[in-house]
Amino acid sequence: MKGEVFEVKSLVSHKMETGLRKNKKTGKKIPRDIINKFSVTYGGKEVFGADWHPAVSANPYTSFFVKASKSGPVVLKWTDDAGKVTEKTVKIKVSG
Amino acid sequence: MFEKSITHKIRRRDLLAMSGTGVIAVAGIGLFAGEAMADSAAVAKAIKKSVGGKSPKTGRVTLELPQIAENGNTVPIAVEVKSPMTAKDYVKAVHIYADENPVPNVATFRFSPESGKARVSTRMRMRKSQNIVAVAEMSDGSVYMGKKAVKVTIGGCGG
Repeated sequence: MKGEVFEVKSLVSHKMETGLRKNKKTGKKIPRDIINKFSVTYGGKEVFGADWHPAVSANPYTSFFVKASKSGPVVLKWTDDAGKVTEKTVKIKVSG
Repeated sequence: MFEKSITHKIRRRDLLAMSGTGVIAVAGIGLFAGEAMADSAAVAKAIKKSVGGKSPKTGRVTLELPQIAENGNTVPIAVEVKSPMTAKDYVKAVHIYADENPVPNVATFRFSPESGKARVSTRMRMRKSQNIVAVAEMSDGSVYMGKKAVKVTIGGCGG
């Protein structure tokens, strides 16, 4: 329904390496590799976004809300330190 | 064995391998009892960096966190800010800080009037018992904050 506020629950698979842990055998620090940016667009416009630091747990879970205005794609995009992008598109239909 | 372990500063994870879980729980409480629950300077500095010179007012921001978190690697957290979330009056951003983590910044969430509701849930790492602070930036430029203390039994951050 138009105007309805709905919840979006997302889960992405990522180790979220903090850069603080050490390799137990070599004693060397394991380089940081986290998803640092999460962006959600709806109908091409950013409606929700996040900047993350190493304190975000591995396999980040995020739930947030979006207000239904028109039928269109909701695109979730995660970008990590290595520049790897994970994307998920969900098409939603809005009635009324 | 337990006393000796503490003296030699063996990590709690190694300690876990040596003794029973029950002992660890007791150790956690023992270590953190009497710990000062005050905002660290690092958080204050991080807030200043995020919102500028504005001093946050108390209120409107609610943090949902467990009182006691058994596993510091993944602690559920939800932050909700009271706001009509209209084009004229909405929450622009919510910053989350932890005063006893290696890095005070945890995450920043950006909202828009299209969010409909200024609420976000996620899971975070906590090195040990500490205060979690959430600061909300409103569209009119005002800044609000909320705070909650969490006791952590076994710390995260991969120590």
